[in-house]
Amino acid sequence: MISWKSLRRSNILWPLIALGVLLLFNLFFTPHFFRLEIKEGHLFGNLIDILKNGAPIMLLSIGMTLVIATHGIDISVGSVVAVSAGAVAILIGGDLAGNPKYPIAVAMIAALLVCTAAGMWNGMLVSRVRMQPIIATLILFVAGRGIAMLFTNSLQLWLYVKSFAILGQGYVLGLPFDIYIVAFVLLFTYLFTRRTAVGMFIEAVGINPTAARLSGINANNILFWVYTFSGLCAGIAGLIVCSTVMNADGNNAGRLFELDAILAVVLGGTSLNGGKFYLFGSVVGALIIQTLTTTIYAFGVPADVAPVVKAFVVWAVCLLQSQRFRSRIARVFVRREASA
Amino acid sequence: MTEEIPVLSMKRITKVFPGVKALSTVDFRLFKSEVHAIMGQNGAGKSTLVKVLTGVHQQDSGEILLEGRPIRPDSPLAARKLGISTVYQEINLCPNLSVAENIFAGRQPIRFGRIDWKEMARRSEEILKRLNLVIDVTQILSSYSIAIQQLVAIARVLDISSKILILDEPTSSLDETEVEQLFKVIRSLRNEGLAIIFITHFLDQTYQIADRITVLKNGEFVGEFRTETLPKLDLIAKMLGKELSEFSYAVEKDQRKRSLASADKDAKNVLTVKDLGLRGSIAPFDLHLSEGEVLGLAGLLGSGRTEMARLIFGIDGANQGEIQVKGKKAAIKSPQSAMMAGMGFCSEDRKNEGIFLDLTVRENIILALQAKNGIFKYITTRKQLEIADEMIKSLAIMTPSANNRAGQLSGGNQQKVMLARWLATSPIILILDEPTRGIDVGAKLEIMELILDLSRQGMGVIFISSEFEEVVRCSSRIAVLRDKVKVAELDGENISEASIMHTIAGGN
Repeated sequence: MISWKSLRRSNILWPLIALGVLLLFNLFFTPHFFRLEIKEGHLFGNLIDILKNGAPIMLLSIGMTLVIATHGIDISVGSVVAVSAGAVAILIGGDLAGNPKYPIAVAMIAALLVCTAAGMWNGMLVSRVRMQPIIATLILFVAGRGIAMLFTNSLQLWLYVKSFAILGQGYVLGLPFDIYIVAFVLLFTYLFTRRTAVGMFIEAVGINPTAARLSGINANNILFWVYTFSGLCAGIAGLIVCSTVMNADGNNAGRLFELDAILAVVLGGTSLNGGKFYLFGSVVGALIIQTLTTTIYAFGVPADVAPVVKAFVVWAVCLLQSQRFRSRIARVFVRREASA
Repeated sequence: MTEEIPVLSMKRITKVFPGVKALSTVDFRLFKSEVHAIMGQNGAGKSTLVKVLTGVHQQDSGEILLEGRPIRPDSPLAARKLGISTVYQEINLCPNLSVAENIFAGRQPIRFGRIDWKEMARRSEEILKRLNLVIDVTQILSSYSIAIQQLVAIARVLDISSKILILDEPTSSLDETEVEQLFKVIRSLRNEGLAIIFITHFLDQTYQIADRITVLKNGEFVGEFRTETLPKLDLIAKMLGKELSEFSYAVEKDQRKRSLASADKDAKNVLTVKDLGLRGSIAPFDLHLSEGEVLGLAGLLGSGRTEMARLIFGIDGANQGEIQVKGKKAAIKSPQSAMMAGMGFCSEDRKNEGIFLDLTVRENIILALQAKNGIFKYITTRKQLEIADEMIKSLAIMTPSANNRAGQLSGGNQQKVMLARWLATSPIILILDEPTRGIDVGAKLEIMELILDLSRQGMGVIFISSEFEEVVRCSSRIAVLRDKVKVAELDGENISEASIMHTIAGGN
């Protein structure tokens, strides 16, 4: 079983504490925050909303974790979300009678392939052309929304095919369907990185790329596939975003998601300097962000001011995670005790 | 010749860094109109001495006199104002700016609040003329050769008031004619009265240009000599920190036995290198290695030992020649392909190219084997622990457990972890670049014992060390390098420290 000691040493403790504190705050100050209702056999309530609305960022943060572990960054994921939404929407079509142009499965797979290709493009630029990750992914960050517009002919495309809505709006066993997708991707990624050598190789490349290469690791391949995977994750997130609102909006789908995803990874304890990574931490990080957003709105803070509150809380959590900050605080307390 | 007063004299300079005494009561004198070379092996203290002089570091004790007045520059800028101009090893110019802009970067002549381009060009031309260089100073820097860029770098630091010019490895990326061009300029500057400090690893160049040589070893002052009174052989001996007579001519018994074994024609050839070379790195060379043989690579710092190893292991891509492993041509394009062909390589640069400080000892050890197995043949944690524990035991690695961070280990133990990483892959060829550097004496002996053990088990080992004594002790054959060229191979009775030195000093 998980002992307290191993929990303390693992990096998931601080993100969990931060999430706990946020929830505790809501317990006291937000009426009905924890209320769960059952309507038509589905669970409803703030907690469920957090899980459901947080799904896209959780997915992005899983891919982003691996990228950041290699000492890279992928700022194109928000745009790739829009690409995915645009691609799947145009293939399903806006038929008012609800008949899809192509079978939904075909449309979804095609959209995922497009996003995987987008990830490969990033991976190629970083690993072969040796571009700096932030510049390499900046290209798709800018071009992605254009591509999405190209797909939808610069229009917002509304979808009426009911079966596609399951992805973002459906329920299975009382829980939102997209939660299962997140759980599956998370579990798959965890097993794939920790039950094969992939995780160790990614960390080795992130810690010391030269030494990794000299140890016989094909560092270029690792980089390539990590960005490719991030593209795929963004593709899945895009499908969910599109299905949730049944609309593809090249301009606004996934806007600024990349920042939340990066934030989630950092909140989860993975260092931007690369190296050791924590998938579960990142997902908890995404939940912190979503809880925060929900809390802020529940308090009726105007949408324009919300980012300030968000920034403050994020700043506090980051400080809490800093080993140096914690030991400095601890020292202050120790000194006080000594002088008392 | 009358002993005049030196322009610069540094007396009993001591500089201590945490854990290392970089300089210990070092003396250095520099006279007007002379080129003075500072020579020494790795860690001799050359660069620390220069950094104290140029204000990058401040000495802990000792004094610096410039024209008889004590100085203590606290920044490179302060040193420059005193007339000490330095050109660092990497040319730090902006290739996409014009020559004139490079020369006047940060101190452009201003007229009416704007840069006076005409004045800047005129003065640039004037400065370059002093260096015998007439070029269009409005062209961007990168349109000129490296040699001219090097001269521009000198022009940039040279003021009318300069008294001392320091050149740190100015020739490392130049070809022969370019070196000659640079030397011409250096000589003419010297004749104008400038005092020049010249740092290089090239022995021949030192003898071409230097009037005087100061030798350092392990942060200590070995001696100051006029070049013509110091034969090359003596210089090498002094750099290695011994008198010539102290070098052993003895061939060790154990080693002779092994050399006989390696002369055995039946011993299988594991590695053959034909005409392998890379322009600007190392001249084409041939090499072969048999089963159970230790081949030593001997040479001074910068002689091309590491470059040789890097080519064989596929770290740098050769632009000519071929490699055969066990008689079959091997396409070695990367460390990965070298590993698959059965090679292992421990870099001399443990921190940057070897150890993963944030990974555990277990992960550090298992990494290469896992890379060899591929991603999907995952070695389970239990099996990893087994392998790591076995290595920890057989190499006597001092660590609380296999799951401790490698960063917590001492240098010698980190070195053993790197060795263990490659031993775990059971290579047929193991290349060890300075495996004994920066570790304590006990650990050195252990590692040399280990090398001999491995060769007895049939592994072919290429062993690089800047300590000739170690190379002689371990090797059954020795390839000698000088100035990026493999100059000779020694074997059998010919192996001794003295013969290596004669080989390096010999030739033109």
